[in-house]
Amino acid sequence: MHAITTILDLPEEEFLNPGNRSCSGCSLGIAYRVALKALGKDTLLVVPPSCLTVLQGLFPIAATKLPSLNVTFASTAAAATGLLGALKAQHKTGIKVVAWAGDGGTSDIGIQALSGAAERGDDFLFICYDNEGYMNTGAQRSGTTPIGALTATTPFKGKLQPKKDVPAIMSAHGISYVATCSAAYPLDIYDKVLKAVTFTGVKYLHLHIPCPPGWGFNPRLSVKIGKLAVKTGLYELYEVEHGQFRLTGASQKLADKKNLVPVEDYFKTQARFRNLGPDQINEIQQLITTRWERYFQTMENGEEG
Amino acid sequence: MHIIESGNVAAALGVKLSRAQVIAAYPITPQTPLTEKLSEIVEAGELDAQYIPVESEHSALAVCIAASSAGARAFTATSANGLLYMHEQIHWAAGARLPIVMCVVNRGVGAPWTVWNDHQDSISQRDTGWIQIYVNDHQQIIDTVIKSFRLAEEVMIPIMVCYDGYLLSHTYMPFDVPEQDRVDAFLPPYKAPYALDPENPANLNTVTLPDIRFDAQGRLAHGYMEIRYLLQEDMRKALDAASSIERQFFEMFGRGGDAFFELYCCEDADYIAVSMGSLSYHLRDVADLLRASGIRVGVMSVHLYRPFPASMIAQALVHARRIIVFEKALSYGYEGALCSDIKSALFHHGHNQARPEVLGHVLGLGGREIRTEDLHEALKHSCTTPVAHPDEIGWIGLKI
Ligand SMILES: Cc1ncc(C[n+]2csc(CCOP(=O)(O)OP(=O)(O)O)c2C)c(N)n1
Ligand code: SF4
Repeated sequence: MHAITTILDLPEEEFLNPGNRSCSGCSLGIAYRVALKALGKDTLLVVPPSCLTVLQGLFPIAATKLPSLNVTFASTAAAATGLLGALKAQHKTGIKVVAWAGDGGTSDIGIQALSGAAERGDDFLFICYDNEGYMNTGAQRSGTTPIGALTATTPFKGKLQPKKDVPAIMSAHGISYVATCSAAYPLDIYDKVLKAVTFTGVKYLHLHIPCPPGWGFNPRLSVKIGKLAVKTGLYELYEVEHGQFRLTGASQKLADKKNLVPVEDYFKTQARFRNLGPDQINEIQQLITTRWERYFQTMENGEEG
Repeated sequence: MHIIESGNVAAALGVKLSRAQVIAAYPITPQTPLTEKLSEIVEAGELDAQYIPVESEHSALAVCIAASSAGARAFTATSANGLLYMHEQIHWAAGARLPIVMCVVNRGVGAPWTVWNDHQDSISQRDTGWIQIYVNDHQQIIDTVIKSFRLAEEVMIPIMVCYDGYLLSHTYMPFDVPEQDRVDAFLPPYKAPYALDPENPANLNTVTLPDIRFDAQGRLAHGYMEIRYLLQEDMRKALDAASSIERQFFEMFGRGGDAFFELYCCEDADYIAVSMGSLSYHLRDVADLLRASGIRVGVMSVHLYRPFPASMIAQALVHARRIIVFEKALSYGYEGALCSDIKSALFHHGHNQARPEVLGHVLGLGGREIRTEDLHEALKHSCTTPVAHPDEIGWIGLKI
């Protein structure tokens, strides 16, 4: 296991300029800033259209100090492959390639290119920041929008289908490293990025990104809501290292202490869940409880994974 | 060295001699043997390149776009639906000013499915900001691939080298394969004017406002419209660049000579048939037949379709009585795109001069056989009959 970084030993050098175009309270900025610190200078970024495009700034001003290539929506992973190809062809070493896409750009329109790159074993880090909707275009549903959530394209009934499990899809590709993080736990992001880049092939990080306007909550609550998603057990922090699953950080502690916060407390914080009735909440709570029972048992049995 | 090989192999050898550094392609008939040959060349170590077996054409061009953005010489190839699947990437590559070279092995597009030749695929990409060159034989395929890397990198505009599926891609012809050291002398390694580099970080293709804008240091930067204006300006400049590169190639290799078009018996021609690709050789045979019967016919085969060398084309055609355009593509609801372009070139040319009449024919769609008799009949008829409906296109070989 890697050392756990504390706020005190986070590098001071910033790769994100102060002031950017994301909404107030956007947790993408937290995640992006800390991940770029972990990546460092020798990094090439690939970004498809998304909130991150906006955060990165309008020509000729850039919020990101790292070289960054804006690409078409569906092509993120293939573009990362292209950068690697160019680096190899020019015999340049020591430069990391990192793709950053939203959940739509990852789980929906971008999944073909991502799956292709994962299967080929192209050596880059793919980071999906999951704000659970197409936020750049005004909060429409995406494959990773959770069940029941009201969005601009599920305006009355809420989304009818459950969230697509992208990390599981990526794990099924047999890649060396898959992990989930939350913007509410930035140091965990830092450590997992540091760790991810030590593996070869496609590495996949999935970041949970609370989004005030898209989810309908006060901008000052982003971190609190991110933590609630983890503490209710709705969103797990974990790693899959060469196929070995293990809970990490706050989720691991949760499994130790067995004190899941009721998921209703999470739903209550966001306008997008205002349509959920008690039956639906119960159903979701049941699913979470059953899933976590397995984790509790694993902990009791003292198994690693 | 002279060899006898297929058109697809000619293209692959051109790519090899050009020392492409990143190659990404996805198989589609009739381009497939080109893709296979390139993977073979790279895997055998005959070319020091990265060959990426992507999962789609959209990704093939994504790989090339990114590789080129990071300073590498990139190549891809496709046909028909593959080309159309790339469409947003095709615009992107041109807007980003990346000197990618792509072979388009021309094939008709679905629906319904067809794998046979016409030009609808590349013609439908006419307005994407790529240079488009149509070639007529295997020698032109290999030479044009090499020249295209030179031209693309000089003007920073991507190029499609278009050649007929099956008719050229799968037929065997003798052609000369130039020596590597002479190609190296003609085509130096690619030095990108800007490339993604941690030592000199830049954000490329960022959201750009309608108006010009100051950067953090107070310097004015272009708006979207200025960036697009420059693409048009450089496209027009590419005409001169193409000519000069063609001259240099001719001096070094003794082949080629005109980057814009080839003329066959046009000087004294009363009637000039215009086409692109291998069809123009077919038309030459027909022109010979018609000349033997006393009708003075010439043939123009257009190589450089975008940027369109309009005034040179008009100059070469304006003395004729009638221009007859033969096309394997159609702008549905109007006429063939080349026909419109020729008309507009002549319209802009000498205002006071009498202009030739222009007639358009569509033929060979989806690989419909182009019979010499039909071609002869159509051309003869177009030369000798008064034009009743100049706006009506003629269909050759149609059985309806
Ligand atoms: C081919 C294509 N289709 C649609 C769009 C419009 N579009 C831009 S961003 C976006 C949504 C992005 O959603 P996601 O990837 O989840 O990122 P987020 O905006 O939520 O950060 C859409 C639909 C586009 N740019 N390109
Ligand atoms: S819409 Fe949400 S994710 Fe996008 S910038 Fe605003 S807060 Fe961030």
